Amino acid sequence: MNYIVPQSELKIVGTRPVRPDGVDKVTGRATFGADMTLPGMIWGKVKRSPHAHARIVSIDASKALALPGVKAVVTAADFPEIANEEAFVGEGPMNFRDLSRNCMARDKALYEGHAVAAVAATSQAIADEAIELIDVRYEVLPHVIDVEAAMAPGAPVLHEDMFTTGVEPKPAKPSNIAKRVSFTKGDVAAGFAEADVIVEGRYTTQPVHQAYIEPHACVAAVSADGQAQIYSSTQGQFMVRAYSAKVLGWEIANLRSYPMEIGGGFGGKTVVYLEPLALLLAQKSGRPVKMMMTREDVFRASGPTSGAVIEVKIGAKRDGAIVAAREVLKYQAGAFAGSPIGPGCMCGLALYDLPNVEVIGYDVVSNRPKVAAYRAPGAPITSFAIESALDELACKLNIDPLALREMNGARDGTKTHYGVTHKDIGFLSVLEAARSHPHYKAPLQPGQGRGIACGFWFNIGGESSGAVHVNEDGSVSVVSGNPDIGGSRASMAMMAAEVLGVPMDQVRPIVGDTASIGFSFLTGGSRVTFATGMAVTQAAEKVVDQLKTRAAQIWDIPVDAVEWKDGKAWPAGLNAGAFEPLSVAQIALKAGRTGGPIGSEVSLNAQGAGAGFGCHICDVEVDKETGHVKILRYTAIQDVGKAIHPAYVEGQIQGGAAQGIGWALNEEYIYDKNGKLENAGFLDYRVPVASDLPLIEAVMVEVPNPRHPFGVRGVGEVPIVPPMAAVANAVRSATGLRMEHLPISPPKLRAAVDAEAKAG
Amino acid sequence: MSKHHVTTTINGEAVEFLCETQETLLDVLRNTLNLTGSKEGCASGDCGACTVIMDGKMVCSCLVLGVEAEGSSVTTVEGIADGETLHPVQRKFLEHAALQCGFCTPGFIVATKALLDANPNPTEEEARYWLAGNLCRCTGYDKIIRAVMDAAAEMRGEARAA
Amino acid sequence: MPKVVFSGSGALRFTEGRTELEVAATSFRKLVRELDARFPGLGEQVEEGMAVAIDGVIYQDAYNAPLAEGSEIVLIPKIGGG
Repeated sequence: MNYIVPQSELKIVGTRPVRPDGVDKVTGRATFGADMTLPGMIWGKVKRSPHAHARIVSIDASKALALPGVKAVVTAADFPEIANEEAFVGEGPMNFRDLSRNCMARDKALYEGHAVAAVAATSQAIADEAIELIDVRYEVLPHVIDVEAAMAPGAPVLHEDMFTTGVEPKPAKPSNIAKRVSFTKGDVAAGFAEADVIVEGRYTTQPVHQAYIEPHACVAAVSADGQAQIYSSTQGQFMVRAYSAKVLGWEIANLRSYPMEIGGGFGGKTVVYLEPLALLLAQKSGRPVKMMMTREDVFRASGPTSGAVIEVKIGAKRDGAIVAAREVLKYQAGAFAGSPIGPGCMCGLALYDLPNVEVIGYDVVSNRPKVAAYRAPGAPITSFAIESALDELACKLNIDPLALREMNGARDGTKTHYGVTHKDIGFLSVLEAARSHPHYKAPLQPGQGRGIACGFWFNIGGESSGAVHVNEDGSVSVVSGNPDIGGSRASMAMMAAEVLGVPMDQVRPIVGDTASIGFSFLTGGSRVTFATGMAVTQAAEKVVDQLKTRAAQIWDIPVDAVEWKDGKAWPAGLNAGAFEPLSVAQIALKAGRTGGPIGSEVSLNAQGAGAGFGCHICDVEVDKETGHVKILRYTAIQDVGKAIHPAYVEGQIQGGAAQGIGWALNEEYIYDKNGKLENAGFLDYRVPVASDLPLIEAVMVEVPNPRHPFGVRGVGEVPIVPPMAAVANAVRSATGLRMEHLPISPPKLRAAVDAEAKAG
Repeated sequence: MSKHHVTTTINGEAVEFLCETQETLLDVLRNTLNLTGSKEGCASGDCGACTVIMDGKMVCSCLVLGVEAEGSSVTTVEGIADGETLHPVQRKFLEHAALQCGFCTPGFIVATKALLDANPNPTEEEARYWLAGNLCRCTGYDKIIRAVMDAAAEMRGEARAA
Repeated sequence: MPKVVFSGSGALRFTEGRTELEVAATSFRKLVRELDARFPGLGEQVEEGMAVAIDGVIYQDAYNAPLAEGSEIVLIPKIGGG
């Protein structure tokens, strides 16, 4: 069925009820990863490499094992060796050798903080002491941190078996360039020859951490027959099960994975770090083991996203029509291949209708923690460069920056440079909403500036399961296989309640463990409300069919003489007979007599996620004395398809924008000359705090996605794409300075002001 | 090493516990007393997820030693509601959707109560600076600030502000 | 017949410089088999690392996605997300 109807015809979807898991979260009852305990539980801790790049010569744990209270020690020697190939376990391709070696270093430590051993002991203090007693001998190797230094000939090579893919002929020597990818459309040289105006720039972004407030945590238990349980804070309980089983060489059926409440992820909890270690320690010690990362561990050994160097060249006619674009992207992958270079190459220019394009991307390893997904992985980096360059172009042409985007913006039927033709997109509606928003016309004071920037993300679908059960009293349980990271239980319950026609508080949603619901791909890619929502909607529809069938039995009339309306079965017309309507509760009461329990589980692979577009407007005031940039006003406009719970959709937009503002102004990884991270804590890695930000106005444009029953598009990722360029463009508007390097921190801005003064 | 015996009051109840010298009040709350509502986000006083009220003052419980709780009165997130009746701050956080993952929420609830105890009529700027020691990575603070201002207005007996 | 467009280096390194190809196939699975027969290795590449857009709608892992006469099929890198 299709519920893409005016809001006035919807009873629950599109309203703002209190979320069903809310009370537990404001009273402290909600149970997150580190809140879990099991009887007899002991504590696990990780020993980490102090070196950025070092061969592990030997590990001697004898002193640690002799310490009273120490129950187990594990090193790479305890894990199976895994072949260097991409394998499938239901979550898409993954190089499990790299995953295994990232969880526990084998032969070499590849970054400061890389795990080299783990212990389990009866108290945290004893575990800490045991970590110090493990004697690891290293042969320190030359290291490389910077992406272009890592690409240079003669750079220290991290992996002797890494030969760049995507180049012909295959390189004779290994390097740190894992792969080269490219996309071309038209003839870029001919395009630039036609251009009246050309802008060029070299932009850099720094790695930034997802910086979820909850550090990674888990509790593992293994019984003597090999059956195991893992409770963890994760974006995917099925991912934890599959990845842990693969890294350990265990059977999936022996592992039951329970999703705890998750304290933020933003992509950073889409892989495992501690879980395989905790399981192995639990097996070796025979005791349940809890492991928690410290905040320092989180910064040094999990996440972040890539830093990058991006070169951009854009050519246009005098009227603003873009005729050619060229982009070269060098993305840091961290210690193992796998930066989001593919989306990086596609996303930045996906917003525009361009005749001639060439994009080349490189995936580059260096002695940093392996990158993890971070909200629209790859897109914010490329869009910082492209949207900054477009602002330069608008300045050069003396065109309104919004008009430049309106003129060149993608619409239905626009063929992107990566080949896909856009369909059912709302970019122009977003630009229209930006133009008509009062913010865009509001006057500015001297010293203030305004910038705009746009962003795109594909959004994804994928495998999802959802179940709807009618309980004996007519209340309804909804089970999904996706951890609820930002309110998805509320949206699942709302879609089910809308289909069933019952009040929201009659429906209780939960997130099931891996044995309680069918396989579901993890919570990520802005897919849950779209894909899992589709599964839940279909399950609810099947339940309505069953309720009608049961009512038909109770009334002893044909099922097609029953209709479902306002949460009740009604006789369809006069011929069906004169019966009082039956509520869900009345039908549930007779479920046993009419065929047994009423419920349905739907598993599907959702296709056709609708792409999302956003446009952000940012006003700043720049203090040239201190280099401080103050955000005065911020408006984020986005096509959301259909907002199921508008307050949580706004929350996604506001939160994504705030993260992007942090990326723009403060956040970065700072290394010393030995390759050690100097700012592994919230004091020195400064995420935005309440006093840094104004209210962030979220404007929802609703262009329904026809491939979802309610018209949903993913919303969580688009909002982090535009902010870096929106801020940089506002700074340029305020100061005339083009800030090409993130973050636009006070020292950098001061240096730019000084350089300009010197240049006179 | 023998443990210290500590007598204190937590959420209005007399409590006794044993702790090591180096254990923080947060460790004691979470691991000894099973009051896991206070969260550990950094253990260095930078994130505010472990915020409690100690003798009327807002503190990060990760920066207080367990032994320092001797003779004091501590309020944690578990003690904010009155039985089944939510505190207006808790209710306003729910109504304004001022939480997403909910991990920082206990710290914000406690810090907001401390703010409104000290200053029943804060400006938006005062609220933002008071809460600057509490990190939230999900919301961008917009809905949190609206919830705080609305809770303040309600507690002053004024009509809904936002 | 459906038309396949090869735009990125992920597919182009198998296709000997061809950027377009018409393939008589009625489902995505048949198409992948046909492509692999034509350009050995491309089938595996598509299965393991690529998504497909059929007339502008992106599919990941969809053997039975139907192809119509004149459908435009584009192979792109697989998309994950945060």
